[in-house]
Amino acid sequence: MRNLFKGLMTATALASMMASTALAEEPKQGGTLVTVLGTNVRNLNSAVQSGIVTGFPGAQLFASPLRYDEDWTPQPYLAESWEVSEDGLKVTLNLVKNAKFHDGTPLTSKDVAFSVEVIKANHPFKAMFAPVTSVDTPDDYTAVLNLSQPHPALMLAMSGQLMSIIPQHIYGDVPVDEVKTHPRNNENVVGSGPFKLAEFVNGQHVILERFDDFFIEGRPYLDKIVMRIIPDPAARAIAYENGEVHMGAFELLPRIVNRLKKVENLTVTPEGYGAVGPLDWLAMNTQRGPLKDVRVRKAIAYAVDKNFILKALMQGTAVESRTGIHPDSPFYKADVEAYEVDLDKANALLDEAGYPMEGDSRFSLTIDFGWADVKPQTEYVKAALKKVGIDVEVRASADFPTWAKRMGEMDFDMSWDSVFNWGDPVIGVQRTYISSNIGKGVWSNTQGYSNERVDELLEMAAVETDSDKRKALYDEFQTIIADELPVYHINALPYHTVYSDKVGNPPLGIWGTSTPIDMTYLKD
Amino acid sequence: MAFLQKFLIRTLYAVILLAAVLVLNFSMMHLAPGDVADTISQSMGGADEEVLAQIRADYGLDQPFLVQLGRYMGNVLQFNLGYSFFYNAPVTDLILDRLPATLLLVFTAQILALGIGVVLGVISARRPNGIASHFVTMLALFGYSAPVFWTGILLLIAFSLKIQWFPVAGMRDVTIEGGFFTHALDVARHLVLPVITLGSLFLALYSRLARATMMEVLGSDYVRTAKAKGLTEREVVYKHALKNSLSPVITLAGLQFSAVISGAVLVEAVFSWPGLGTLAFQSIIARDTPTILGILFFSALVVIAGNLLTDLALRLVDPRVGGKR
Repeated sequence: MRNLFKGLMTATALASMMASTALAEEPKQGGTLVTVLGTNVRNLNSAVQSGIVTGFPGAQLFASPLRYDEDWTPQPYLAESWEVSEDGLKVTLNLVKNAKFHDGTPLTSKDVAFSVEVIKANHPFKAMFAPVTSVDTPDDYTAVLNLSQPHPALMLAMSGQLMSIIPQHIYGDVPVDEVKTHPRNNENVVGSGPFKLAEFVNGQHVILERFDDFFIEGRPYLDKIVMRIIPDPAARAIAYENGEVHMGAFELLPRIVNRLKKVENLTVTPEGYGAVGPLDWLAMNTQRGPLKDVRVRKAIAYAVDKNFILKALMQGTAVESRTGIHPDSPFYKADVEAYEVDLDKANALLDEAGYPMEGDSRFSLTIDFGWADVKPQTEYVKAALKKVGIDVEVRASADFPTWAKRMGEMDFDMSWDSVFNWGDPVIGVQRTYISSNIGKGVWSNTQGYSNERVDELLEMAAVETDSDKRKALYDEFQTIIADELPVYHINALPYHTVYSDKVGNPPLGIWGTSTPIDMTYLKD
Repeated sequence: MAFLQKFLIRTLYAVILLAAVLVLNFSMMHLAPGDVADTISQSMGGADEEVLAQIRADYGLDQPFLVQLGRYMGNVLQFNLGYSFFYNAPVTDLILDRLPATLLLVFTAQILALGIGVVLGVISARRPNGIASHFVTMLALFGYSAPVFWTGILLLIAFSLKIQWFPVAGMRDVTIEGGFFTHALDVARHLVLPVITLGSLFLALYSRLARATMMEVLGSDYVRTAKAKGLTEREVVYKHALKNSLSPVITLAGLQFSAVISGAVLVEAVFSWPGLGTLAFQSIIARDTPTILGILFFSALVVIAGNLLTDLALRLVDPRVGGKR
């Protein structure tokens, strides 16, 4: 973790050697890996569509400049080496010379420049490349990203599914901002990743085949990947159990996770979700009624027993989270106020805030939820707050858009919410707490939270190239939000990857299945 | 002439009905807060306001309601059901892709249920207090009252997990290689559990109705006459009574056929059957208006066609229907 960003200024050939010797067993060539996707794929082109479903096929079809190892250290991928200038305003990528697209055309720096343009115009995470002003291409294998300010978040944004290099000769025939509806996003897709598209049948499956001219010699190991689309979690569980499916990710229903853990020949692990960084929390609208008062928000935190949620509702499948950064991230700070359940303290805080108990009630609030899985959590909050005299009404939404609209317009008191980190804090964390992003749609700063010091810390951390200093800034930020509670952080979403004993080297790195699985293989 | 006039009037009604279905549903979808831009952003892990606005502009969702409605109806008049925002594909393609799977599932289930249901109904009608009759009644009650998703999961646990005879989900196994016959057999294997699940619901309806009408017919004067003529019981039941008791069953089958899509939604969801039901369900969740409206339009067409076919079938078994009045 020390000096992460500066350490990148030198090529990391050594680190990549270490990564490849970490394999204990000799991988076997060939075979068809059957995996599963939980929802239909909207778009296979990960340069214009983010999200966990597109991430898996997207990262197989398209290669990105970097990849990451388990310790959050960047590794060469399409870029065999890279340099960051002393002032942090130039990032030079030296591309491998043998990369080809699936149609045989060589991949050059022009494609990198084109992809940055397309991503900037279409990708929903504007923060990733916002400081990138232009890309120079001095020769075919050198791409220089010019920045308006130092941008350490760029490193993670160049890995996983976030910076898919797409071919200009295929997608360049329409204006860049129309690439998101390009017909080649779903059929005859051409990338430079380890696998090429064989067949995509909407609602049924995606089939990928080994790309024989992949730029890493001897890879990938698998001949074929079949991604079946099975939306029903119970049916997926049976498919793992009877061996129809070898591997799947993003399973989170506690009873299913716990059942699968008991099945012989299956491994069920929460590893591989650090970069996607999914978090569950109780959002509080800091601009409405009693919730404006930080003492009320603290009282709520003291009255809600996290252990009950973790043990009874999540049935031990989830880990606690205390801040807006995922517990697996190197930036996570666990040493902040944890709000052990304490009803006396809660009552005292509410009295102090000027809401005395009248009869058995002080005031009333509403709590929203956007999807059925988290209804028990909201019912629990209602029961827990009743004990300290807060009457809570659980407000259901007809569907996700209804809830999203309420959140986006800040028309709520409290809500259960799940928000993802998506790599660097600049991409997925900052949006929830910075005051310039208040009330800008769902998953913005819907809490209306505003704190000058927090804004300052987030802005400084976004441009801080020294990783120790950067961590210190995020430490202070986490301490403040844990103290002021615009959201009460509860747990990391219990996503689990399930794989059978037949699968060798499953993708359990920081990006999970949103990375190329060129090193995954099938045992005999 | 009279026939042509009747046909024209019916067609006119059908067009009005279709237009009403579309306008009403379009308006209702529009009344609900939020739109497909929200679900697109959800599928992408969140998007800022600028991106949401861009998505809305791309799909014309930023236009006033009447403009959007006018555009849509204009397209439909040109037989263009529009473009699915969520799946990035023409709605007609999506529906036609999914239709065969649903038809295969529903037809197989309907035909088996109709055939077996009528046989069971007749058997139990002949001895209304016999053991067979009670057994059929129990089976029917169970089939009708058990929720299909429960029956489906139970069948999966029994026949995909404990005894691994049938596959869990989908319509075919893409890892299988072979000729037409191998693939047909593979689809048939995938079809068994969904058909049993869906069929048990229909079976209950048909067997109960066949039993009731058969009992009624068996008590009528002409059956007594036939028996008095000295015909055997078999001849009476299958030659005289059965034909006369069939028309309510056919009417019901026609009505059920109209419910093709609604009936299949849950079964398709449980078995990940790639049909229209799954598509309808997913589009509703995604608030993908063009796809939902396309499916509704299509369902309305099926209902109209189903009613016409039922009329025809009734004429075949009962010459009195549609005769000169």
